Amino acid sequence: MLMATLALATMGLLLGGGLGVAARKFAVTDDNPLLKEVEALMPGSQCGQCGFPGCAGAAAALVEGNASVTCCPPGGVALAEKLAALLGVTLDAGQMSAPQMASIDSAQCTGCTRCYRACPTDAIVGASGQIHVVMQSACTGCAKCQDACPEDCISLAAQGPTLDTWRWAKPQAA
Amino acid sequence: MEYVLFLISTVLVNNVVLVRFLGLCPFMGVSSKLDPSIGMGVATTLVMTLGGVSSWLLEHYVLLPLGIGFLRILAYIVVIAAMVQLIEMIIRKVSPSLYRALGIYLPLITTNCAVLGVPLISVREGHSLVQAGLFGFGSALGFTLIMIIFAGLRERLQLANVPAAFSGPPIAFVTAGLLALAFMGFGGLI
Amino acid sequence: MFNLARIRGGVHPDAHKDRSSALTIGSVPLPPRLYLPLRQHAGAEALPLVKVGDRVLKGQLIASSPSEMSAPIHAPSSGTVVEIGPILAPHPSGLTVNGIVIDTDGEDRWIELDVPGNPFEESPLVLAERVAQAGIVGMGGAIFPAAVKLKQGTRHEIKTVLVNGSECEPFLTCDDRIMRERAEAIVDGARLIQHILRAYRVVIGIEDNKPEAIAAMRAASEPYGAIEVEAVPALYPMGSAKQLIQAVTGREVPAEARSTSVGALVHNVGTVYAIQQALRHGRPLISRVVTVAGGCVSNPRNLEVLIGTPAQALFDACGGFSREPAGVLLGGPMMGVNLPSLQAPVIKGATGLLALAPNELRADEASPCIRCASCVDACPMGLLPLEMAARARVDDLDGAHEYGLRDCILCGCCSYVCPSHIPLVQYFQYAMGQQDERRQGARKADHIKQLTEARATRLAEEEAAKAAAKAAKAAKAKAAKPVAAPSNEVES
Repeated sequence: MLMATLALATMGLLLGGGLGVAARKFAVTDDNPLLKEVEALMPGSQCGQCGFPGCAGAAAALVEGNASVTCCPPGGVALAEKLAALLGVTLDAGQMSAPQMASIDSAQCTGCTRCYRACPTDAIVGASGQIHVVMQSACTGCAKCQDACPEDCISLAAQGPTLDTWRWAKPQAA
Repeated sequence: MEYVLFLISTVLVNNVVLVRFLGLCPFMGVSSKLDPSIGMGVATTLVMTLGGVSSWLLEHYVLLPLGIGFLRILAYIVVIAAMVQLIEMIIRKVSPSLYRALGIYLPLITTNCAVLGVPLISVREGHSLVQAGLFGFGSALGFTLIMIIFAGLRERLQLANVPAAFSGPPIAFVTAGLLALAFMGFGGLI
Repeated sequence: MFNLARIRGGVHPDAHKDRSSALTIGSVPLPPRLYLPLRQHAGAEALPLVKVGDRVLKGQLIASSPSEMSAPIHAPSSGTVVEIGPILAPHPSGLTVNGIVIDTDGEDRWIELDVPGNPFEESPLVLAERVAQAGIVGMGGAIFPAAVKLKQGTRHEIKTVLVNGSECEPFLTCDDRIMRERAEAIVDGARLIQHILRAYRVVIGIEDNKPEAIAAMRAASEPYGAIEVEAVPALYPMGSAKQLIQAVTGREVPAEARSTSVGALVHNVGTVYAIQQALRHGRPLISRVVTVAGGCVSNPRNLEVLIGTPAQALFDACGGFSREPAGVLLGGPMMGVNLPSLQAPVIKGATGLLALAPNELRADEASPCIRCASCVDACPMGLLPLEMAARARVDDLDGAHEYGLRDCILCGCCSYVCPSHIPLVQYFQYAMGQQDERRQGARKADHIKQLTEARATRLAEEEAAKAAAKAAKAAKAKAAKPVAAPSNEVES
């Protein structure tokens, strides 16, 4: 009985001590390299649509598993797939919400320039006193312009398919 | 020649997964894609070979001289767990890319019943040190072989039009059963 | 002899060409309205140069090309611009496309054409530019701007120019009729292209099921040694550029490479005719020959049609429908797409309009794959359609890509031969569409990232400039202070 207790205790002490020494010796100081990779993938527009403070915040949440890979609407399916591959999770593309686009009602726009100063991607062009226009190719649908507009003339909507974005549907057959 | 036969017998005839039915959790859990299953196989090979040797040493220099053979299971688990931890640390330090490929599987292996079962069988069979090492290595090789075959099958299964009720784990179990039947065919080899 | 020129795979669908090829190219009465999509070519949308209410003449430039990968659009007839905006596109989606609508005035008055001098004395680039100005695109259905191809002569050594008269799609006979009736113009066009590309030889490839066309082209090319007419075996998809190059030159275009990598360039006979018209007579591309055929058309034949004519007018010119068609296709039955409405206009790349009877359409239910590998034998690109389709079905796009989706030409041979009626080519269209979407998304993400970074640096610079100005102001105030201080003292 004593023998067994002693033997196990010695073994535990030895192995524990050994592991402790090893942990010191092989300490890895740098933080998670995954985080950097995820951050590099993110769009970097800090739009906040994911609900996290900026893209770095979202990247941290993704790495810790607190955010879904589909959380980034500007990144779209392409980003979600890359993230899913990197983080080793399965992607349900159906969860992806359609990207929203801002558009300015030119009848109400006073040309106050507030929206284009708020836009994180410079997607709004215009000058003081001129009607502003949203460039669809750069809009991420972050709604910051909507919040900034004093005239309430910016609306967000999902874009319908155009000849450029229309795709053949998957055949329904076996 | 004797050792070659010994190796073939452990890899094929007494395959650890399909004949002895050990290590079934990673067999079902990590085998859905080919790459991770190869990673799992390599990590397991590493751990099982070292585990076979170290548990033989433990058995013959600690447990038997002190007459505490009844602590075998406990002692093996402690030693193997400590060893896995150590390997994980070393890999993480030395090769971060290998760590990303294998690292997540190493903690899983600690609780792999095959890793514990193989040294226990080895002791029961009364192997020598070389035989114990070879037994661990051969079993792990058999495990890796099965992982790769099964992952390949499951990748093909993904493309197949499986009825909804059978898709996912059910069809995987059916396939595993058929594969086990096939391995029974090695029974008369040696 | 070793048959090096034999191409892989291919199928032999029923030709159905007899009826329409027997009649000469007819004409269509001038339609009251012409609908001109601003994008009838691969590349960027053309920019309209006219306003609503403007009067335009036949052949007048009404939309210019914003870049090289685009093509301008000319008014096909004289009249008034009545609308610039979304019009129904001749596209299976039934979506709209920006376009110009012209109310024709019935006069059909030409603008004064700038008839160029002898094109053989001009430099190739000037000629290529003239082709670009004429708005000519690949008329076999590829709608790739022809001038872009003609400019390849400056970048690559083009040994052989292939004039594609194989017309392998069933029902279509427009190229056949053009070759029979306009052989001389096509040979002249082929010589012009040879001049532009500085090619060594010109081969006119015609499928051996068109003996009249071969005879006509042989007769027309007799005086010119560098032009050969070669009969190629009638096999679908012989009209595909890569297959024709292999059949004629014996060289296979490598995976993911272009025809120029084997020193060949292919132009459709229709395109060659349009190029000849532009370079000899200064005429822009405003009309084309379209085959109107199918089991439901009363009198199938070829028609010379103004671009922008609604499909309905073409069927009316052929005596209307003998019975209600089960489907109306734009293009051939193998690669053509469903026309959403008979109001959709004819565009530059429209080779045929088919009104098909139910027995000419495939509507069988798909059954499981039996791994017979018929599709593998039929695939002209040497791919494994069954493996690609299995991966496309479960959205494994990368897997499908690896199995050769990147080299698929969407010819439809696999679907045609499949005994289980699996819509293989539809799976590939789907997978390619999804890949396009990913690429588009990635491109947009990159664009946004660049913009964000540019904005960040700009804001930082502005901040720095502001800080510098503030510092300068403070320094100025400091410098001014000592001067002011003594005066204060004096005052006090």
